Amino acid sequence: MAVTPSSLNVEIPASAPARRHPKIDLRVVDPVRAAIRDGSVIGVRRTTLSGNDAVAKGALEVGARFFAGYPITPSSEILEYVAKHIFRCGGTYLQMEDEISSIAAAIGAALGGVKSFTATSGPGFSLKQENLGYACLTECPLVVVNVQRGGPSTGGPTDVGQSDVMQARWGTHGDHPVVVVAPYSVQECYEETIRAFNLSERYRIPVIVLTDAKISQMKEPVTLPAQDAIPIVNRAKPIGTQQGYEPFGLSPTGIPPLAGMGEGYRAHFTGLYHGRDGLPTRDPKMIEEQMLRIHAKLETPTATAEIRKTETYFIDDADVIVVAYGITARAAKDAVVQARREGLRAGLLRPVTLWPSDAEVLPEVLGRVRKVVVPELNLGQYITEIQRLAYESARRNQIVPPEIVPLNRVDMQLISPAQILQELRS
Amino acid sequence: MAHQQIKFYQTGTFTVGNRLLDQQLRTVQATADRSNSLDSGHRACQGCGEALGARFAIDAAMRATDNQLIATNATGCLEVFTTPSPESAWRIPWIHSLFGNAASVATGVAAAMRVKGRSEVRVIAQGGDGGTTDIGFGCLSGMFERNDDVLYICYDNQAYMNTGVQRSSATPGAARTATTQPIGDQPGADFGQGKNVPLIAMAHDIPYVATASVHDLHDLEAKIIKAMALHGSRYVQIFVPCPLGWGAHPQDTIKIARMAVECGLYPLFEAEHGEITNATKIRSRVDVTEYLKIQRRFAHVFKNPDQLAKIQAIADANIQRFELLSTVGNGQ
Repeated sequence: MAVTPSSLNVEIPASAPARRHPKIDLRVVDPVRAAIRDGSVIGVRRTTLSGNDAVAKGALEVGARFFAGYPITPSSEILEYVAKHIFRCGGTYLQMEDEISSIAAAIGAALGGVKSFTATSGPGFSLKQENLGYACLTECPLVVVNVQRGGPSTGGPTDVGQSDVMQARWGTHGDHPVVVVAPYSVQECYEETIRAFNLSERYRIPVIVLTDAKISQMKEPVTLPAQDAIPIVNRAKPIGTQQGYEPFGLSPTGIPPLAGMGEGYRAHFTGLYHGRDGLPTRDPKMIEEQMLRIHAKLETPTATAEIRKTETYFIDDADVIVVAYGITARAAKDAVVQARREGLRAGLLRPVTLWPSDAEVLPEVLGRVRKVVVPELNLGQYITEIQRLAYESARRNQIVPPEIVPLNRVDMQLISPAQILQELRS
Repeated sequence: MAHQQIKFYQTGTFTVGNRLLDQQLRTVQATADRSNSLDSGHRACQGCGEALGARFAIDAAMRATDNQLIATNATGCLEVFTTPSPESAWRIPWIHSLFGNAASVATGVAAAMRVKGRSEVRVIAQGGDGGTTDIGFGCLSGMFERNDDVLYICYDNQAYMNTGVQRSSATPGAARTATTQPIGDQPGADFGQGKNVPLIAMAHDIPYVATASVHDLHDLEAKIIKAMALHGSRYVQIFVPCPLGWGAHPQDTIKIARMAVECGLYPLFEAEHGEITNATKIRSRVDVTEYLKIQRRFAHVFKNPDQLAKIQAIADANIQRFELLSTVGNGQ
């Protein structure tokens, strides 16, 4: 799903006189806001939230009714928001004794039939990895929020980082499918959390929401849809006879329906390789079938269209682009606007879904630009994926790949628009 | 033991109390050659019980080991306020491990000293109640089970204060935190079965377990010194009021600590090899309401007689169990 520049409607006069502080209208023309103004929708809410509160609010509004967590800076506000509000929705909040039991309890509740999530930051995310693998193999719908901070180890608890990008993809051992989304604003924290729950329910997969210390703590005005206008996906349940129900069976969509425990269907889950019935197996054919199936379920055309999401910004005629995600994309957007003012044909690609990477939009754009700048608050993680896609695209189309330039910061400071602009100019 | 010979009027105020004592009975802190291992200038809040408890505990341990001490420290308030960027208040070898692994890292350090033939160098591990009773509990229990030569000190302020006062398994029932129900029939932390880590430590049959409180620093020092005289796993849990997290006045830290003990909610005792050898008698019993009313975290219980009764029942049960009143049980 691509966000086209037309929906962002940035006005840049073609012959703007050079001013020291050029006025640039970065306002996003939001159809919802427009509709509120002309009175054609009711129930839309406008408020101010922090990133952490937006994540928690989104989760509760999309139907999450179980949360298990453990205090860790800078994600503790999610815990506190949920503790305060989930009981009003009839849900349960538990503060567990550590990070491992937090995700384990969320897995238990999710397999028990309740939408569940947990939230943490870097060190806690490391502790959760084994359980994350279990959730992948048992195809457990689950949302894990990781508010990134400086790492490794305790690192900078109150400082910003983007160094969990690779861990979110490959943190647990073994081949496993996973979906990772990276919001870049408070508004998107809310929206992407809702989308994360919907993807996890639809595809029976853990989805990781990767925010960071800055987005999580800052407050922004947000426009939330009316309660009954929130898109809600619930997991497919088996219908018909209980005899012969296969929780890991083959189905036309590739996603077997999931019966909650205690709903009359046989429930048998294990982290061992298992067959279609959920019982352990050592049959090579069955192991291969299941391993390939859990990966293939994200590769169908419907899944690809729903999961992948990249914002393109001034991309159509760009010859030098920035690929940025999360907090860094905010600076990148500013840099692109400034570069356009200077007459550079600059653009921005912002992967909202980081993993699986957008194999449609990214290679297409990377195949027709001269230079790519990849700013990240780490020592170069997502750039490796950009390189892979760019080189593969170049090889396939027999063209020269673009120059791919990293722009990294690990001093717990944000990358500034000026830094990105400098890279765009050179 | 020295601390038993001190009359109450001598400890009533700590400074005066020391002056009235014989030179050899004075605390480590009262002597000019104290090590100041946890030095001044750190960033603890005003009235921090943990800063006080840690300072006395570490200096007493230094005295007992002839200044041959290494400390590990779990993530928590103590770690944060003693090491503000770019400084450190520690004058001893000190490892900030992780949140949950201070006991295991200390085990490793002690093993290294043994391998190097430096068994005179002793190791202490420290953590708050979150790092001890919750996330570090597995490592702690393993350390007890192996009887590694480490003294583990738990500074119990009854919640995760460093991250913003979230409940821990050491949070008492009815106490208000950032992650407990603010309203409803039973606001505040749930009355669970409790997680009494000193008793769990005793169940491991380790050489020494004790609870102490910052209102009786003679007793605190004596217990640390006694613990350092022994080998094997030892556990000392120190009651350290947190003015910020408990909604109390900084000047009331000592008062709160004293009242917690005197009302029976926080029994002070020593145990050796799983058997209680000494429990500090309540000198002048106070009502639990006296203890609760000077802390805002308990403000709501006065509108909830049910919760108040439960808290009183816990105090009564402690008094019964540890024979804290001389008139109860065998008495003295």
